[in-house]
Amino acid sequence: MLLKTVLIRLITTAVTLFGVAVVVFTLVRVAPGNPIAMMLPPGATEADIENLKALYGFDKSLPQQFVIWLGGVLQGDFGTSITLRQPVDQLVLGRLPATLELSLMALLIAVALGGIAAVIGARKRGSGTEVGVDLVSGAVLSIPDFLWGLVFVLIFGVLWPVLSISGRVDPRLDIDFTTNFYVFEGLLRGRFDVVGSTLAHMLMPAMSLALPLAAMIAQLLKQNLKEVLVQDYTTLARVRGFGETAVILREALRNAALPTLTLVGVQFTFLIGGTVIVERLFAYEGLGNMAIDAVINRDLPLIQGIVLLFAALFIVINLIVDLSYTLLNPRLRHG
Amino acid sequence: MADTTLSAPRARRSGKLNLRLWLPLLWLGIVAAAAILAPLVAPHDPLEQDLMLERLPPFFIAGTEPGYWLGTDSLGRDVLSRMIYGARIALFVSLIAATVTCLFGSVLGLVAGYFGGWWDRVISRLVDIWMAFPPVLFAVLLVAVMGTGLGSVIAAIALIDWTRFARVIRAETMVQSRMDYVDSSRIGGARRVATLASEILPNVMPSIIALLMLEMGIAVIVEAILSFVNLSISSDDPTWGSMIAEGRNAIHFAWWVLLFPLIALFLTVLSFSTLGEGLKQRFDPVLQ
Repeated sequence: MLLKTVLIRLITTAVTLFGVAVVVFTLVRVAPGNPIAMMLPPGATEADIENLKALYGFDKSLPQQFVIWLGGVLQGDFGTSITLRQPVDQLVLGRLPATLELSLMALLIAVALGGIAAVIGARKRGSGTEVGVDLVSGAVLSIPDFLWGLVFVLIFGVLWPVLSISGRVDPRLDIDFTTNFYVFEGLLRGRFDVVGSTLAHMLMPAMSLALPLAAMIAQLLKQNLKEVLVQDYTTLARVRGFGETAVILREALRNAALPTLTLVGVQFTFLIGGTVIVERLFAYEGLGNMAIDAVINRDLPLIQGIVLLFAALFIVINLIVDLSYTLLNPRLRHG
Repeated sequence: MADTTLSAPRARRSGKLNLRLWLPLLWLGIVAAAAILAPLVAPHDPLEQDLMLERLPPFFIAGTEPGYWLGTDSLGRDVLSRMIYGARIALFVSLIAATVTCLFGSVLGLVAGYFGGWWDRVISRLVDIWMAFPPVLFAVLLVAVMGTGLGSVIAAIALIDWTRFARVIRAETMVQSRMDYVDSSRIGGARRVATLASEILPNVMPSIIALLMLEMGIAVIVEAILSFVNLSISSDDPTWGSMIAEGRNAIHFAWWVLLFPLIALFLTVLSFSTLGEGLKQRFDPVLQ
């Protein structure tokens, strides 16, 4: 039963990925504007144009181009970027660490802020503090990451200029890392100057991405905590002499956390999607920023590569969330 | 005892509910009035450049010029007038784009949820594929494909956000379809489409209205984001998004160019979502 569920899930995942590939491919082909024309110097001959078209495969029919492209993608060949003249997979994988580190940092902040707000709200349930948590989280929830980013630009870029509002790391630092995971590799190598500078640059974009999710976590976790806190075993813990905060942290949190974990899993893909505009806003050198440049420059192979990578990332995360939910939930396991 | 504890919060809630409806309506009314009356209320021509008056600060800071209440941008254009004209585009996009998105997504959600089978399989798979795209990147790509302009912005919003309606309305329709009243309508001889329209639709309406309000706020943001990356309408035309993009670039010289349109966007988005929640509670037969 379980195996069948997993198999069906895997097949639909493959269908979705294929669908994404078709949509991306079709979209970038119907885009007006000839990318080849933009690459050529003035005075290029017809033969030059034909040569370049053949080089990028634009001389073949659309279904032929799709098959060739998909065949390449399956072997890890995503083509060559038209504007940057480098293999797409290298460019994309070079930027992926920046986006992943940003997303993970945002996720951590969201869980920490949302968790603390939920515990405080549940601890002070029925009081003005809980109303305050409700009001603030409600308002924070309805404002998207893009606007939070702009608020932070104003506060920490102008009013109290303590953080850099553009870039990923101080360009004066000498970084000879083997990967682009500046935080992780910096920690391993003991290069705390790099780690510090990266984190300082990352803080504002990560906060912008984290706030809406933090508000969601605060609301859901507080609700579930309150439901658990009227159960008999929490009463028993109180009778045994634990204070309310200890009851929440030791007993209630573990039992109330599952819906929140599911929410976090599902929302993580939305958070990653938000990096596109937030990276642009903070001139952060990640995938999203590169993607917008690629669209503006009509760099077809690069756009395809980035969109496909994002889609694969989303689909894999959703798959993991679904499967782990099936495995963790005993009711579904025996269903 | 039980009565008092039950009725007390309800009384307080209805008082808060009214405020939650009226405050957003007040702000949206101001925006709508500004949009409609723009030529009458704007103190200056929003496109008029005057390099002698560039980067004038707002009224509460020394060095300002009378008549330029919220200051001027790097080209000497009046910030307040540009915001007032920008309200036109913001409201236009939010009304049209959200309505189109709502119709498109709700119909697909109703069909998938009520007819099930292949309808449901195809629509659900499409939703999955669509949700695998980062929305902002998808919007930028679509506008690049269709060419910049207000029509493309609206089409891009509808082509991306229909999934939000389709998912929620599909789930709610499935729940409603299993209710007894649907069976009795069918037994009474009503056709399936008629049952869907007359029995199920009214019951999913509160959700549709709440989502529609939410979508209006989202549409304003998407337009601002597209203006920000210079893919909405012509960059000369005043939109809140293009003002924000300008303000971001001139942040160290003229922060007010960013601040005021940002406040307008903030309040507008907050108003739409609060209004959506409030209307949902008001029209929900269960909550009444």
